[in-house]
Amino acid sequence: MRREWSVAIAIGALAAALALVAPSYFSAENLRDIFLVNMPVLVAAIGTTLVILTGEIDISVGSAFAVCSVAAGVAAKAGMPTALAGLTACAVGAAAGAVNGALVAYAGIPSIVVTLAAMVALRDGLRWTTQGAWIADLPPRFQWLGVAQSTFPVVAGLASGLLVVAFAWAMRNLAAGRAVYATGSNAQAARLASIDTAFVKLAVFTAGGALTGLAALLNSVRFNQIPSNTGIGLEMKVIAAVVVGGAAITGGRGTFTGTVLGVMLLGAIGPALTFFGVSAQWERALQGAIILAAVTVDAARAGLSRTALVGA
Amino acid sequence: MAGLLLEAAHITKTFAGVHALRGVSFDLAAGEVHALVGENGAGKSTFIKIVTGAESADSGTLTVAGRAIHRMDPPTARALGVAAIYQNPALFPGLTVAENIALPLDGGRAFGRVDWRARRRNASQILKQVGAAIDPDREVGRLSMPERQLVEIAKAIGANARILIMDEPTASLTEREIGGLLEVVRRLRAAGAGVIYISHKLEEIFAVADRVTVLRDGESIATRPRGQIERGELVRLMIGRELTTMYPKRVVPLGDVALELRGVSNRTRGVRQISLTVRRGEIVGVAGLVGSGRTELAETLFGLTPPDEGDILVNGAAAAIASPAHAIRLGIGYVPEDRQRHGVIPAMSIAANTTLSNLAAVSSRGLIDRAAERRASTKYVEELRIRTPSVLDAVEGLSGGNQQKVALARWLSIQPAVLILDEPTQGIDIAAKAEIHEIMERLAEAGVAILMISSELPELLAMADRIAVMRRGAIAGIVSRSDATPDRVMALALGHAA
Ligand SMILES: Nc1ncnc2c1ncn2[C@@H]1O[C@H](COP(=O)(O)OP(=O)(O)OP(=O)(O)O)[C@@H](O)[C@H]1O
Ligand SMILES: [Mg+2]
Repeated sequence: MRREWSVAIAIGALAAALALVAPSYFSAENLRDIFLVNMPVLVAAIGTTLVILTGEIDISVGSAFAVCSVAAGVAAKAGMPTALAGLTACAVGAAAGAVNGALVAYAGIPSIVVTLAAMVALRDGLRWTTQGAWIADLPPRFQWLGVAQSTFPVVAGLASGLLVVAFAWAMRNLAAGRAVYATGSNAQAARLASIDTAFVKLAVFTAGGALTGLAALLNSVRFNQIPSNTGIGLEMKVIAAVVVGGAAITGGRGTFTGTVLGVMLLGAIGPALTFFGVSAQWERALQGAIILAAVTVDAARAGLSRTALVGA
Repeated sequence: MAGLLLEAAHITKTFAGVHALRGVSFDLAAGEVHALVGENGAGKSTFIKIVTGAESADSGTLTVAGRAIHRMDPPTARALGVAAIYQNPALFPGLTVAENIALPLDGGRAFGRVDWRARRRNASQILKQVGAAIDPDREVGRLSMPERQLVEIAKAIGANARILIMDEPTASLTEREIGGLLEVVRRLRAAGAGVIYISHKLEEIFAVADRVTVLRDGESIATRPRGQIERGELVRLMIGRELTTMYPKRVVPLGDVALELRGVSNRTRGVRQISLTVRRGEIVGVAGLVGSGRTELAETLFGLTPPDEGDILVNGAAAAIASPAHAIRLGIGYVPEDRQRHGVIPAMSIAANTTLSNLAAVSSRGLIDRAAERRASTKYVEELRIRTPSVLDAVEGLSGGNQQKVALARWLSIQPAVLILDEPTQGIDIAAKAEIHEIMERLAEAGVAILMISSELPELLAMADRIAVMRRGAIAGIVSRSDATPDRVMALALGHAA
C-alpha cells in the first residue's frame, strides 16, 4: 500500500502547488480536457496492469489502439450503430491480444518479442491497408457516442470509473483474481496448485486487447477524423503509469488503485508545466524522472532492508 | 577468551515489529562444531545472516578472532574467513566444478587473465581435501544434490574459511550422503576450523556437535556440551514443553485400490517400468537415494511430465494425466519437494496460499468469503504452529520451515483421494513434524491413499504400511511394514542383494 500513498502524496503536493501558483489549473474546462486526454490511457492501463501482474508485458498497445480506432471508424461509416462499432473495436483488439497471448502462453515465446513483432506488424499492416489515409466524414451519431458534447465526459467518466472498480473488485473477490496474482508471483507453484497459468496469460492478453479497443472507441468519438497513425507511444505511457502505480514489472504485485494514481500523476504533470510557465518540452523528461524515482525507491527499499516491503 | 573464532553478544534484530532475535549470545571456538537448534522461526537463519553480514543487527556486538567488528557486510565477512552453505546450494549450474570453486578466489580482477591450469589443480586439491571424488571439469548443473553440497563446501574451503556455517545442509540428502557430509565436517574440525551447524535432525546434532545452543522465540535458552544433554531435554528446551504428541501408527482398514501404476515409464525423466498400488487408507512409502527417480515419479503421476509408457489408474479407471490441473480434477494432490520454489506464492498472504487449490471451499456463489478463508487458515497456523503475527501477512516474510508448513497446509486441508507427499517433513521442526504425521494418519483414516516420498528412513519405517524402494528409476523391491528394517531398505536402495 505504501506506493499508493507516496503517489497520492505526490499528486496532493502537485495540487497544492498549483492551487497556490496557478489556481486556473482547476477550472472545469481544464480539468475536463486533462481527463479526456488521459481517459484512453486509463482504460488501456487496466489491461496492461493485468498483463504486468502475470509477469508479462505488452508493447503493442499503441499499434493495436490505432487498428481498433480505424476499425471503429470504418464500422461506423459502414452504417453500424455506435454500440456495434464499439464492439467491433473491442473484438479486433481482443483478437490481436489473443494471438499475442497464445504465442506467449502456448508457444512459450517471451512476451517482449511477441508484442514487439505485433507492434510492428499491426502498425505497418495498418499503414499498408489505409495507405496513410485518415478516416474522415464520420457519421454524426458516432460523435460523442451520440450524446451531447457536454454530457460525454460524464458518460466516459462513469464508464471508466465503473470499469476500474469492477476490475479491482474482481481481483479481490474472485478466484480469477487470485489466479492472476499467483501466476505472476510464482508460475510454477501456481501450476502445481491447479491454476492453468497458460490460460491465465491468454486471458489477460485478450482482455487487455479488448480494453485497448474500448480505449480506442472512447478516443475516436471525440474527433471527426481518425488519423491512421494514432496511438504512437501509447504503450509507453500506459506501462509508465502502471509501474509508477507500484506494480512490479516481474509480476505478482500491483493494484488498480496504484494504476489509477499513476495515470493521474503522469497525466496531470504535463499540463501543470504550462501553468507553472515551464516549457512543455520538459514533460517527457519529468515523467522519466518520476519513473526513475519510483523504481529507485523500490530497489533501495529491497536492498537496504527487507523490512519495508512487508510493511509496518 | 583465547581461541575463540567468533563471539556474538546480545544480538537483537526486528523485522517490521517481529522480534526475530532478542539478545542472542553465541560463541565458537577453533576446532569446534557448535550446533544451533530451535523451532521453525526461532531465529537461526536470521542469526546466520547477521554473522555473514547479509543483514545488520539492530544492536549487539560481533567479535571475530578477537577483533570487534562494527559493521559486518558480506565482503568483510569473506575477508575474515566466514563462509556459509545453505540448504539450496548457490552455485552456477552452467559453469564447471573448478570454475565454481575458483570464483571467490579470483575476486577483484575483472580483466586479469585466468590461469586455467592453476584453477583446475586448486580445485582438485580442495575436492580431495573434502573427500569428494568429483571431476573438476564436470558442469555443476549435471551434479546430484549431495555432490553440489560438497562443491559448496569445497568453494568455502577454497576461500580459506575459518568459520564455516551450515544452515540445514542435509535437508535434501539421504542417510548415506549425510554420513559422508558429517565425515567432512569432522575433518574440517580436525583441521582447526569452527563450524556452526544448523539442523532439525537431532541424530546429526548428537553425531557431530561438540556444543549445542537452543534458540526459542529469538532468545538463546541454553548452551550445553553434547555430553551434558539428552534428547528429551533438548526437545523440551526447543519447544518449551514436553513433546507429548508422539503418535503411534494406527491400524486403518484398507479400502479399494485408489491408485494403480502398471509399467509406468517416463524415459526423459529416467523413470522405468513402475508398477505399484496404493489403497484407500494406506500409506505407501517411497525410499531411495537422492537421484533414484522418486521426485520424477511423483511429477509423472501429477501430470507435470506425462509418462510415455504404461497405465495409471485412479479409482479403477484409466487416466491419461496431462497436466497438474487434470491430476487435481481426478483427486490427486501433490506437495512438491522444493516448497520454496514450487510450493508457495511468496507475494500472497498465508491465508490466500492455504486456500489456493480449493477456493470453492471458502467461497459462496463464486465470491471468496475472506472471513471463512481466515478461519480455515488460522486452524492450520495453530495446528502446525506457523510462527506469524497474522494470517494476512505475505508468505515471503516467514522462515524457511514456516513456508514449508504453509505449502503443506494447502494440501492437508483438502482431503484429496490420492495424496503424494514429497519429503513432507524436510526442514520442519520436531514438534510440527509430529503434528504432520498425526494429520497424515487422520487423512488415512478418512480413506485418503497416501504416497509418501522421504529420505528419512525412521519416518518411513514409522509411518508406512509398505515401502517401495527405488533405484536408478525403477522399483528395486517393495517391503511390507512387518519385514521393513533399515538394513533391508538400504540394501535394496544400494543394489546389494538382501
Ligand atoms: N525478511 C523478513 N521479514 C519479516 N520477517 C522475517 C524476515 N526474515 C525472518 N523473519 C521472521 O523472523 C523470525 C525468525 O526467522 P528465521 O528465518 O531466522 O527462523 P529459523 O530459525 O531459521 O527457522 P527455520 O527452521 O524455519 O528455518 C521468523 O518469525 C520470521 O517470520
Ligand atoms: Mg532457517
